[in-house]
Amino acid sequence: MSDAAARVPARFSSQARPALLNVLQVGLPAIALLVMLAIIFSIRPAAMSYFGVHLLFKLSVPLVFAALAQMMVIMLGDIDLSNGAFVGLITCVTALYLSDAPAFAVLCYLVLVAAYAGFGLLIHSRQLPSIIVTLGMSFIWLGMAVILLPAPGGSAPAWLAAFMSWQPPLMPLSIWLALLAALAGHLVISRSSYGAVLRGAGGNPRAVERAGWSVIGIRVAVYAAAGVLACLAGLTLTGLTTSGDANVAPAYTLLGVGAVILGGGSFTGGVVSPVGTVIGALTLSLAGSLLSFLQVPPTWQIGAQGVILFLVLAGRVLLSERTR
Amino acid sequence: MTRRLSLAPWTYGFIVALAMWAATTAYSGFGSAGATLSGALAFGAFSVLVGTGQMFVVASGPGNIDLSVPSVLTLAAYLSMTVMQGSDGMLLPGLAAALAVGTVAGAANFLAIVALRLPPIIATLAWSFVFQSLAYNLGGQATLKPPAGLSRFTAMSLGGVQLMPVAVMVLTLVAMVALKRTVWGRQLLATGQSEPAARLAGIGVGRVRLAAYMLCGTTAALAGFLLAGFSGGAALNMGDAYLMESIAVVVLGGTSVAGGQANAVGIWGAALFFNLMATMLNTFGIQAGVRFLLTGALIILIVALVPRPRVR
Repeated sequence: MSDAAARVPARFSSQARPALLNVLQVGLPAIALLVMLAIIFSIRPAAMSYFGVHLLFKLSVPLVFAALAQMMVIMLGDIDLSNGAFVGLITCVTALYLSDAPAFAVLCYLVLVAAYAGFGLLIHSRQLPSIIVTLGMSFIWLGMAVILLPAPGGSAPAWLAAFMSWQPPLMPLSIWLALLAALAGHLVISRSSYGAVLRGAGGNPRAVERAGWSVIGIRVAVYAAAGVLACLAGLTLTGLTTSGDANVAPAYTLLGVGAVILGGGSFTGGVVSPVGTVIGALTLSLAGSLLSFLQVPPTWQIGAQGVILFLVLAGRVLLSERTR
Repeated sequence: MTRRLSLAPWTYGFIVALAMWAATTAYSGFGSAGATLSGALAFGAFSVLVGTGQMFVVASGPGNIDLSVPSVLTLAAYLSMTVMQGSDGMLLPGLAAALAVGTVAGAANFLAIVALRLPPIIATLAWSFVFQSLAYNLGGQATLKPPAGLSRFTAMSLGGVQLMPVAVMVLTLVAMVALKRTVWGRQLLATGQSEPAARLAGIGVGRVRLAAYMLCGTTAALAGFLLAGFSGGAALNMGDAYLMESIAVVVLGGTSVAGGQANAVGIWGAALFFNLMATMLNTFGIQAGVRFLLTGALIILIVALVPRPRVR
C-alpha cells in the first residue's frame, strides 16, 4: 500500500525519473563519502576505529538536522536563509534557560517554532518570495539571540552535554543519529502517503489543492517541522559546544542548502531525498577533516571545499547524462 | 487586482528612509541633518553599486542570484591593493586588475551554472569559497593599505557635493536606461520573464545571462576597489555585510525575485533606508540586538505591505 502511495508522482513531468537515476543521485554523495573515508583511513589507519569515527563525525550531528530542516523548506520550492541564525538563537536559549528553568526553555522553543510556522503562513497568504522573508527572519533571530546573550556564554545542561558525549554500542552516536534521522525522513517523506502529498505541494500545489488538501495547512506544518528540526540542531550543537553563541552557526544556512542539493534535491520543489540530504551533510562536514588530513594549508581549505562541492555535483551531471 | 495605492512599490524605500532621516534629525538637532545624509549617501553608494549588479542577475530569471558578491568584492580589493602597493601612479592598473577579477569571476559563475547545470545559488556559493581562499592567500590576515590618491578620491567632494555617490547615481541612471532602452536590457527582461519564449524569439539567452553575471562581478569588484580606499584598506571581512544586503536592497527596491522585472532607482531607496536606519538606531543609542530585530521586522513588513504587480 505504501508502495502505491510512493509512486504518486511528485513532479508532474511527462517522463518519470528512472529509478536507477534516483538511486545514483543518492548514491553519488555516498560514494564521495566513502572515498573521503578511504583516503583518511589510508593516511591515518588509527582513525579506523570507534573513537576515530566518533571524532570525525562528532560535529556533523547539528548539521544533519539543520540540513533536514532546510530540506523541508526546499521541498516546498522555497528556501530558508534564516536556518543558521535560528540554530544560533536556539543555542542561546538552551545555554541560558534549559538547565535552570527547563519549562521556560521548552516554552521558548514552542513559541519560536510557532513563529516559524507563522512566517510560513505569511509567505503563503501574501504570496511573498521566501528568500526575502527568511532573510528578514534571519535578522530577527540574530537580534533576539544577541539581546539574550550579547557575548557567547551560558552553559549546556549536564544531561545534554553527557548525551552528546555518550558512546553507544556498535557505532558512535553521530552515526546512530544520522541513521535514525535518515530512516525517519525516508519513511515520512519518501515512503508515506502523506509524504507524497507534501512533495506534491512543492511540485504542483494546484493539483494537491484540487485533490482536496489544504496547501496553506501543509506549508504551515512544513515550516513548523523545519523549526522543530532546527531546534534539534541547536540543542545538539549546544551539547557539543556546551555554550550559547548567537553567531555560532551562520554557515549552516548555506551548508544545509548544499547538503540538500548534493543529496539529489532540486529548487523547483517536490524533489528532495532525506537519505541523500543526510549523506550530503555528512560529506560536507567530513570534507573539512579530509582537507586537514591531506595537510591542505588552512588558507586553501575553504577553496578546496568549494572544489569538492563542484566535483561531486559534476559527477551527478555526468551520471544523469549517462542514464538518460 | 485593483490598485489600492497609486504609489509605485519602489518609492516605499525612499519614504521610510526619509522618515528615518527626519527622526534622526529631530533627535540630534538640525545641525546634524547634513552629516547624517552625506554619511548615508556615501555608505549607500557601495550598497547600490553591488545591488545594481545583483539586480541584473536577479532579473535574468527565477532562481538566478549571485552569492559570490562578498568574496569577489574582497578578492578584487586584495588583488588591486597588491598591484598598487600603495602608490598613486599604479591607480589605473589597480582598477584594471579589480575589474578583471570581477569579469572573470562573473564568467566563472555563469560557466559553472551552465556546464555543471547547477542551481545558481550552489554554483556561486562554491565559487565564493574558492575566491575567499584566493583572497586569504593574497593578503593573509593583514590589512592592505590603499594608495592615498584612492582614499582622497572616495572622500572627495566638490562644493559640498560628494563625488562618489554622484558617480554611483550616474551609474544608476545608466543602468536604468540600459534596462529600458538598450537591446540587451530588453533581452535581459524578456529572458527573465520566460526563457523558452525568449529563446523562440531568437534571443541568445546564454549570452544575455553571461553578461548579467559578468556585470554583477564587475560592480562587486568596483565596490571592493572603492571600499578599500574609503575604509582605509582591504580586510578579509570587508565583504561580509554585502551578501544579505545586496539581495535585500534589490528586492526592497522593487525588482521581482521571479525575474523579468527590474528597478534600478529603487535600489537607492532601499540602500538609504538600510543606512539611515543604522544611523538612526545608533543615535538613539539602541543596542545591536534590537537593531537587528528592527531591521528584520522592517524588511518583512515592507515586503509584505508593498503592493506588487502580479505577473502570474
